Amino acid sequence: MDTFVQQLINGLTIGSIYALIALGYTMVYGILRLINFAHGDIYMVGAFAGFFLANWLGLAATPSLFGLGITLIGSMIAAALIGMIIERFAYRPVRKYSRMTTLITAIGVSLLIENLGVVLFGNAPRSFPELLQNENYRLFGNAAISKSQLLIFGVSIALMLLLQWIVFRTKIGTAMRAVSFNLNSAKLMGINTDLIIAFTFALGSALAAAAGVLTAQYNPTIYPLMGIITGLKAFVAAVLGGIGNIPGAVLGGLLIGAAETFVVGYGQNIGIPSTYRDAVAFSILILVLLFRPAGLLGTTVQEKV
Amino acid sequence: MSPFLKRILVAVLIVVALWAVNAALSDEGLFGFGVDAYSGRIVVLAGINIILAVSLNLINGFTGQFSIGHAGFMAIGGYVSAYLTVYHAQAWERALSGSIGETAASIIVFLLALIVGGLAAAIAGLLVGIPSLRLRGDYLAIVTLGFAEIIRIIILNIDTVGGATGFTVPGNVNFLWVGAFAVITILVVRNIVKSDVGRALVSIREDELASEAMGINTTRYKVLSFVISSMFAGLAGVLFAHYNRFLSTADFTFLRSFEIIIMIVLGGMGSITGAVLGAILITILPEGLRRLPEVGGYNLADLRLVIYAALLIIIMLTRPQGILGHHEFGLNWLRRPQKQPEGDKTVGDDRGVPIAQQTETERLAGESVKEEVKNR
Repeated sequence: MDTFVQQLINGLTIGSIYALIALGYTMVYGILRLINFAHGDIYMVGAFAGFFLANWLGLAATPSLFGLGITLIGSMIAAALIGMIIERFAYRPVRKYSRMTTLITAIGVSLLIENLGVVLFGNAPRSFPELLQNENYRLFGNAAISKSQLLIFGVSIALMLLLQWIVFRTKIGTAMRAVSFNLNSAKLMGINTDLIIAFTFALGSALAAAAGVLTAQYNPTIYPLMGIITGLKAFVAAVLGGIGNIPGAVLGGLLIGAAETFVVGYGQNIGIPSTYRDAVAFSILILVLLFRPAGLLGTTVQEKV
Repeated sequence: MSPFLKRILVAVLIVVALWAVNAALSDEGLFGFGVDAYSGRIVVLAGINIILAVSLNLINGFTGQFSIGHAGFMAIGGYVSAYLTVYHAQAWERALSGSIGETAASIIVFLLALIVGGLAAAIAGLLVGIPSLRLRGDYLAIVTLGFAEIIRIIILNIDTVGGATGFTVPGNVNFLWVGAFAVITILVVRNIVKSDVGRALVSIREDELASEAMGINTTRYKVLSFVISSMFAGLAGVLFAHYNRFLSTADFTFLRSFEIIIMIVLGGMGSITGAVLGAILITILPEGLRRLPEVGGYNLADLRLVIYAALLIIIMLTRPQGILGHHEFGLNWLRRPQKQPEGDKTVGDDRGVPIAQQTETERLAGESVKEEVKNR
């Protein structure tokens, strides 16, 4: 029972990270029908932005929640700016072309960020400064939850509530929903769609950067290619939940994070070695899509003739 | 010249060209003209990439189904054939060489490995295709990607084929094999596209609902093109395994699938010659960038991957339909272009959207239908 609770906590921790990244995928997809392959790399950029900011301000010397907050917000702002720059100079010019063209552009942007990262930061992993003294809190039995895990849960829940509030309670959120419903009609209603799309990118990138800093705090090894596999799994999480659907992205992320951890923890007992860890997300995705082709919470659109 | 004579002539030319390139790449060289081993490797890899790109184009470019799992089928072909070569080939060759000689025996055994590798990939294509081709658009894309990654991870966990340490394969594939199979792939895909099956595939790409209404069994054709495409990917995998003589699952990640997609989008989706061109360009480009000079004390060659990515984005921004678009490159280009009849340009499409407001795909799609009708 103790191990089970411990595995669940660890799984949900990773799941929250996937969920934060998946939100960016799903929002951009909902609005532009674009798989933003560069999104996973924004997560990496966020982690590195936090790394440089924290080192520059010397925050590791006096670990405090305040210092971590500064790092978190700083890297979110940096990532939001980078997200908007990418949208403006790479995606906006190709928006009117075919889906394939935008997809290849996204792959190109992703490769560009990764390789720029390798050139600028070097291939060797770096150690993220400890901004918060890590402590473990005993829950019951031997199960424990660490401070950085609590932080991940707290911050991601807060950010998700904030996102929910922005999307459903503010004017710009209403505009976002209008644009995702129908871009051209939204334009006719006087909505500045370019602005809304840029805002969506900023929002998604900020969430990814938060995920980057939180992960780095939990598991302090950061390297320029860290966004590839995490980004891919987050995208799978978004599709699993029903791409374009915000609660779906959260559900998908948590599900994949938990399933992955359980396979690593208990897989041997049923003949699945832990090396299959990376296949778990895809297997769940395929199984779910076979029965629910639009994902768990997605709605199938009936095609009209 | 009669069409029959023309075909014979073309066939002879192709065989001579393949032989000449192969001789130039060999150690002896062609009449004293040869290239170094490094360039020779690029040429052979370009040939393998042509097989991959042209076959993927059948499903992505002509059938309009968005698959990004080609590397997975390539891996199946490569690993299955490598397993045969490593564990069974010697015994078979010994059994055969008594009656037909050693060279012939090794060729027959390799042909067998090719057939088995291609078939294994085709069967995998069938198993993956039947459930996933019910899905549309990006859902299909992510599922094919998922299957390819699962295939890779399964291979990674099989110790008989090396697992994570890699798999050393004996082999002596030269350009002749690769070139011949590239030509075969191009011919087969071209003939499929020009046949009634090809018309059905293009109609699925243009409008799946409408083509179903016309009585086309869309699932059957989609699975068919997926299986054929997977088979050629498998063959490319066999050739790669026996040329490279070493297999590692790191060669078959989703980045490899992306690379093949990039080739066909760069060349022009739905154009066979475009896929060939894209494959050659994408093989040469990263290698060519290695030779960049030093500027201001900074070695540009270190930035080659950054430049590669930037070039990719720039090409998409400036030539979104790919280099050839839907067009085929051929000798017809040398002829005087025929004038388009007036009036064609101003007509909107069936939904009443004026051409000026259509997206690039819609416009291209419309044009290709017109072309298709004209060519009949």
